[in-house]
Amino acid sequence: MADSIKNYVLGVFEDEDVLLKAITKVRKEGVNIYEVYSPFPVHGIENALGYNRSRLSIAAFLFGMTGTCLALTMMIYMMTIDWPMIIGGKDFLPFPTFIPVTFEMTVLLSAFGMVGTFLVISDLKPWGKAKMFDIRSTDDKHIVAIELEKNKLDKTKISKLLKASGASEVNEKQMD
Amino acid sequence: MSLGKDYIFRLQTKKQLLILFASGILLTVVGAFMIINGDGHHEEVSSIASESSHYEFHWYQRFFSNLWINNVYFTGISVSAVFFLTIQYVAQAGWSAGLIRVPIAMGSWLPYAFILMLLVFGVANHDIFHWTHEYLYDVNDYRYDAVIDGKKAYLNVPFYLSRMILFFIIWYILYLMIVKESDKEDVNGGETPWRKMFTISAVFVVVYAVTSSVAAWDWILSIDTHWFSTMIGWYVFASWWVSSLAFITLIVIALKENGNLDFINHSVIHDLGKFVFAFSVFWTYIWFSQYLLIYYAHIPEETIYYVERVKSGIYAPFFYLNLICNFFFPFLFLMTRASKRHTRFLKIACPIILFGHFIDFYLMVTPGVLKENGGFGFMEIGILVVYLSSFLFVVLRSLSSRRLVPKNHPMLEESLHHDV
Repeated sequence: MADSIKNYVLGVFEDEDVLLKAITKVRKEGVNIYEVYSPFPVHGIENALGYNRSRLSIAAFLFGMTGTCLALTMMIYMMTIDWPMIIGGKDFLPFPTFIPVTFEMTVLLSAFGMVGTFLVISDLKPWGKAKMFDIRSTDDKHIVAIELEKNKLDKTKISKLLKASGASEVNEKQMD
Repeated sequence: MSLGKDYIFRLQTKKQLLILFASGILLTVVGAFMIINGDGHHEEVSSIASESSHYEFHWYQRFFSNLWINNVYFTGISVSAVFFLTIQYVAQAGWSAGLIRVPIAMGSWLPYAFILMLLVFGVANHDIFHWTHEYLYDVNDYRYDAVIDGKKAYLNVPFYLSRMILFFIIWYILYLMIVKESDKEDVNGGETPWRKMFTISAVFVVVYAVTSSVAAWDWILSIDTHWFSTMIGWYVFASWWVSSLAFITLIVIALKENGNLDFINHSVIHDLGKFVFAFSVFWTYIWFSQYLLIYYAHIPEETIYYVERVKSGIYAPFFYLNLICNFFFPFLFLMTRASKRHTRFLKIACPIILFGHFIDFYLMVTPGVLKENGGFGFMEIGILVVYLSSFLFVVLRSLSSRRLVPKNHPMLEESLHHDV
């Protein structure tokens, strides 16, 4: 598996304001940041990293619509077409009584679908192993990971850039 | 620090409102003449109705019915704006600090609403409320009604009036106490007024939880005296609340575009939009809860309420329009993030929701009062326009009477940097 090992440069930051400014500065120099690891949510980091708005809500809508159609098809087939029964003096197609089940199926499928989609796009699987660049990112340090192979600048230039923008230390690490 | 511009109630705006008011009166008069002269279709309907329900229909009954719809509708918008104000203080909310003077201004309609309520009830109680007729309680009269007689302990004019007076007085006193603290805050600053407003608001929230429900029984449910629904308190509240939110949103957008509240950012607008969207769905939830139980149980004395609406040529279109304006449209239109963040979408959605909830109250009141003699014409639109222009006049005058931005609000800074 030697081919899949990649080289990373890690900038360690103490303060989130410095971090945000550094991210903006480093990205302006054309550096592609692999990921930033923080011990707590940093406000405004999505904008600094230039992340687009998640399309998860579109997925949720589509899953929800699937749930709506599934529930209605199931109930109309069972109650109206396959085995029509008179219940409570209602029509064979008592639409209002179908609404609660339709609603629940919509919510269920959109919730499950959204969680599933999120797990897939975040690459979270039970047998997966989390990338841990620096254990201190779970305590009090922010780690900016930059993948060398995906950048035109070389190691020393990136290190200098990180130092100049306020990194307390710059490390290197190999990861598969 | 100069933040925003205070609102000035210009002569031009006053004139525009006056023109609106006059055109409303004109529409009402035209509508009244049209009802008096009546077209062939109308007479036919009313003759059938008068046979079955043995009472004669007069045009002024429809007039009173409309007054009552607007009374309840605008009282609700006003008192729910005070509710909005109080939950902001109870939750110690920061995002809304910049726009808090808008609901304060909307609460100033309460005394006028009180006078209008008393007047209309005093003049038209027999025309709107069947239970106010004394013969219903007289065992010897052939029109004696055992069911209504059984509700006499609750539904009698003195108790009814004292409840109405009590509610308005409590609402208005608590509202005035909040306004007083808010004005003090402008002069003195500090946290003391804000903490006091927290306490008063907490009291108001508890009071409103009970009174809004009881007011709904009195003002709406008692029209259909034989029928009852345990959902009506929530139903009326939901309708009031979402109308009020839509109205607040519209005023805030208008002030923002006028340059008065220019510091209100997209995130604050987004939160208002979320409120409107969420409570439109909440209203639907309540509407459906009431409908489904009655549909499923299939008890004649309950289903009659919906039979009068869905099986009637006059009301059925409004029954569906109600659902389209208040659920399908806002649900689909305001679903995306962008539509809640940008004023141009909300400027389309909020008026439609406001009109939808007017239709909602129209459907709650009219079929019970007028049976098959109702309709929707110039009179309905005219009286709505008259009330709307008066309401706007009172609200805008109140808005111009104090500083638009509560400059000493402890949370103002948070409102300015609100980001979601």
